[in-house]
Amino acid sequence: MPEAAGIIAVQHLVPPISLRRRLTDHAMTGIAILTVIVVLVPLVAIFGYLLFRGLASVNWAFLTQTPRPPGEVGGGVANGIVGSMMILGVASLLGVPLGIGAGIYLAEYGRDRLGDAIRFTADVLNGVPSIVIGIVAYAIVVLYQKHFSALAGGVALAIMMVPTISRTTEEMLLLVPQALREAAYGLGIPRWRTTLSITLRSATSGVITGVMLAFARVAGETAPLLFTTLGNEFWNMRLDQPTAALPLQVYNYAKSPYDDWHRQAWAGALVLILLIVSAIAAVRYAVRRGNFGAA
Amino acid sequence: MANPAFHRPDMPGLQPVEETKVTPAPVLRVEPLLRASNGELPDRLFKYAMIACGLAVLGLLALIIFELVLRSNLSWHAFGFKFFGSSNWDPVSEQFGAFPFIYGTVVSSLLALIIAVPLAVGVAVFTTEMCPPFLRGPLSFFVELLAAIPSVIYGLWAVFVLIPILSDHVEPFLAKTLGWTGLFTGPPLGVGMLAAGIILAVMIIPIISSIAREVLLVVPQHQREAVLALGATRWEMIRIGVLRNARAGIVGGIILGLGRALGETMAVTMVIGNSPDISRSLFAPGYTMASVLANEFAEATSNMHLSALVEVGLALFLVTIVVNTLARLLVWTVTRGQPASTHA
Repeated sequence: MPEAAGIIAVQHLVPPISLRRRLTDHAMTGIAILTVIVVLVPLVAIFGYLLFRGLASVNWAFLTQTPRPPGEVGGGVANGIVGSMMILGVASLLGVPLGIGAGIYLAEYGRDRLGDAIRFTADVLNGVPSIVIGIVAYAIVVLYQKHFSALAGGVALAIMMVPTISRTTEEMLLLVPQALREAAYGLGIPRWRTTLSITLRSATSGVITGVMLAFARVAGETAPLLFTTLGNEFWNMRLDQPTAALPLQVYNYAKSPYDDWHRQAWAGALVLILLIVSAIAAVRYAVRRGNFGAA
Repeated sequence: MANPAFHRPDMPGLQPVEETKVTPAPVLRVEPLLRASNGELPDRLFKYAMIACGLAVLGLLALIIFELVLRSNLSWHAFGFKFFGSSNWDPVSEQFGAFPFIYGTVVSSLLALIIAVPLAVGVAVFTTEMCPPFLRGPLSFFVELLAAIPSVIYGLWAVFVLIPILSDHVEPFLAKTLGWTGLFTGPPLGVGMLAAGIILAVMIIPIISSIAREVLLVVPQHQREAVLALGATRWEMIRIGVLRNARAGIVGGIILGLGRALGETMAVTMVIGNSPDISRSLFAPGYTMASVLANEFAEATSNMHLSALVEVGLALFLVTIVVNTLARLLVWTVTRGQPASTHA
């Protein structure tokens, strides 16, 4: 049996892996699995508690009523849900066009030092603590208006959206093949039209995903709203007045001494997560359907 | 035909472009001029508009720096560098020293790093090197889901779930076994530096592990194969072939996580106890720069108080800028030059 002999010979050439090395290998694999479990425990615990405590408290009254005075049982966060939508609407209106514009500049024109400077600045802005952005919004809006307002909160969140949107838009536009642009130029389509109708359109779903990521990030932000929109116990539909916001209500209820408000904090947190997730899901669904058949 | 300059007769071969139809048009007739400039003026306008958007990003950073420096002027002139060394924070007598907040920020963030780094790197190594392929997608999705949870919800969970566990079980145990170090003494309140460190760790694990994963994935496959061919076990392959090559990028990810931990506000404010004390024990309550802004900014009435708070914000801003710049540079040195990377 020459073949078997050959195999045996090769096995003899390779020294056996020592027990210590094998044990180290197993131990390290075990440790890696353990870290995964340890990391997943809080995740499961947070979602579990959110569903368990939140679902028990979400009801029609919670979604349709305004808060009751401290200590009274009942009431809801309807004004906070509407207020958050107002603030996020302002933020998107200001931040999305600016971010996409900056992204277009970076992808289509920014192959120079100015582009590099803007890219780096966007990354740096991304790391600025949200509470510092809140101070800036306070300084440029609240100090001029002389009072807290939904607008100030929207400005703060818009500032936070711009760097994320511009960098993802750039990345998505760069994925569009250069040949597509050249084909458009070859047909005599001017450059601006090519960028808007060919490049940006081909990258629509990616760009919108980036926008939704930025949206999800700011939708749960509380810190920059603390001293810009301030919060409000009543309905407010005006942009220049203090406004309730869902994350602020969750924060205030969580640190209050009342059991019923603790219950409402969990319910508010669940509603907040669900609003964020459903907004993302709805837009992704719409994009997928709208882009059907396109590249 | 929208643009006469691009008109071609239906004949093969080179044909001169008919410019003459456009150029001699009298100045008063606007229409041909517009058509001739079709694609030039709008193009230029569009380009300028996009440049304006790009410059706005630079403008935002300039605006942040300008406003912070302007509004903290008063406090800077009153206290100078003493502001960062003094522990006396007294809004009533208008004396401000930010040292306890700086201390709290640094200690809670470092504690978070000590807890988060081994876990995050472990998760990254497991998902890239050990995990069966069918688990890889869902695992990284779940870990990144942690990053999507708003900070206030982490705080809520920490207040009602984590703190009772800490004060009833973990802290008495730590005091009994490790009390002699001096780090785990005092009443086990639950609220305090330890709670802040743990919740920060939970929040920065996804950031560190997703960047570590990214960096491990760009380590060339032949590095792994070469080490395995020398007879290494899997762990030796990871240690020698993978981790050593990815070191700079992982450190970058850790520093990025540190940047996030330094500026984190809501969850920390809810669990750290908000008391400007400096204590060796991790059970003791503390205060961070971001928390003092969250708690006092809306209620600050005197100009000096407001200015001192903005100065705390400016200090926080500068620290995070330095930390983030360092992190970006480290991550770029590893991922740069890879085809998948768009970082120029």
